[in-house]
Amino acid sequence: MAQHKVNYLQDSGLPIALTTVDKLVQWGRSNSLWALTYGLACCAIEMMASGASRYDFDRFGTIFRASPRQAEVMIIAGTLTKKHAEFTRRLYDQMAEPKWVISMGSCANTGGMFNTYSTVQGVDRIIPVDIYLPGCAPRPETLQYAVMMLQKKIRKESAFQKQKPKRLV
Amino acid sequence: MMREYKDRKNVQKKSYYTDRFYVVPSIPKESVESDEIFAEDFKKLKEHFKIKEAYIQRGQLVVIINPEDNKEVLKFFRDELDYPFLSELSANDYLAKDGEFEIFYQLLSLNKRKRARVKCRIKESSAIESVYTIYKSADWAEREMFDLMGVNVNNHYNLKRLIMPDDWEGHPLRKTYPLQGDEAAQWYEVDKIFGKEYRDIIGPEQRDPARVDRKDTKNFVRIGHEVPYGEKPSDKKTHTDYQEEDGVFFIDEFKKSNSKVLNTRR
Ligand code: SF4
Repeated sequence: MAQHKVNYLQDSGLPIALTTVDKLVQWGRSNSLWALTYGLACCAIEMMASGASRYDFDRFGTIFRASPRQAEVMIIAGTLTKKHAEFTRRLYDQMAEPKWVISMGSCANTGGMFNTYSTVQGVDRIIPVDIYLPGCAPRPETLQYAVMMLQKKIRKESAFQKQKPKRLV
Repeated sequence: MMREYKDRKNVQKKSYYTDRFYVVPSIPKESVESDEIFAEDFKKLKEHFKIKEAYIQRGQLVVIINPEDNKEVLKFFRDELDYPFLSELSANDYLAKDGEFEIFYQLLSLNKRKRARVKCRIKESSAIESVYTIYKSADWAEREMFDLMGVNVNNHYNLKRLIMPDDWEGHPLRKTYPLQGDEAAQWYEVDKIFGKEYRDIIGPEQRDPARVDRKDTKNFVRIGHEVPYGEKPSDKKTHTDYQEEDGVFFIDEFKKSNSKVLNTRR
């Protein structure tokens, strides 16, 4: 039996860190943001590049999933057409709470250069968006920055409250 | 082969950039007799069908026929004249000028190394006979033509919209269709997902690409000075670092001074 006394409260006395459950849960959530692969146009290439080895999204815990049931962040990467809008809304509804949306690129933000009859003029017309990421196409660094800003946002939220219903417009 | 050199220095001054009503001159037509193979094809064709006009343009045979003959003419092209491919089929909108569609069939012969085009015109209210039994590639092309131009096709086994959604209104490739869509098109996704009563809540589409409004209703346009939804704009600089100032639990803080900037690629 050890004779010496350990000061548990002292920093680096033992591998113990004190925190609130809230913080811990949100920390866990923010570092395992599984993203729904949602490449719709050219921005998807940059999204794939962010997932590949050079920019390596896995180190943020962002792993692309092909199912809305397993995903908590939806990265809308590309041009959303009106024909497809219905399915985007359906996939968003299928995601389990808590869930977040990153709108990636000008097309997803505002319709971008496609000022035509067939393009949705901004995905925020159909689903609530948390982060708007400008650029055509945004570079992988920018997408990483967006994910880090989203992590910061998540850390600020409380873990045990139901997510506030987000405004649509 | 090199492309012929054209001086493009004053191209902006040319009339077709400023004149809205500039009509592009058409490519010169040659007589069918100027090409041996086409002359022979045309001779055979003439014996069986009534041909309105025929000429060679850009080395391709163009035959203008009556719309009622389209099936027989294409069958003749495929079986007798050895053009086994239908590479493209579509329509042109001449509704404003003549009240007609011009329908063209682009054919390819690999053995002869020739391309031929069969054209015919139909009125908007009439229909063209489907040719998918002769050329299988006509199947989707005819559906696309029906979808985007609104040309009716008779005896097609599955004539429904190909590109636009089934409940779309109008035919977008007609000259009269507005580029930004008619009313039904502009509200399409809102009507479909939420219902018509949500039009007021979601609001009309913002389609002005040059719109700058620093104090819009949401007050977050000013980069670096964003404020929460609905609050008054302020001059306070917003902190947009990706970590909180007091650091993040378990995660090392990123310090700019520790980072190294590479001036050349390693
Ligand atoms: S924003 Fe640019 S890169 Fe992204 S989908 Fe639109 S056109 Fe493509």
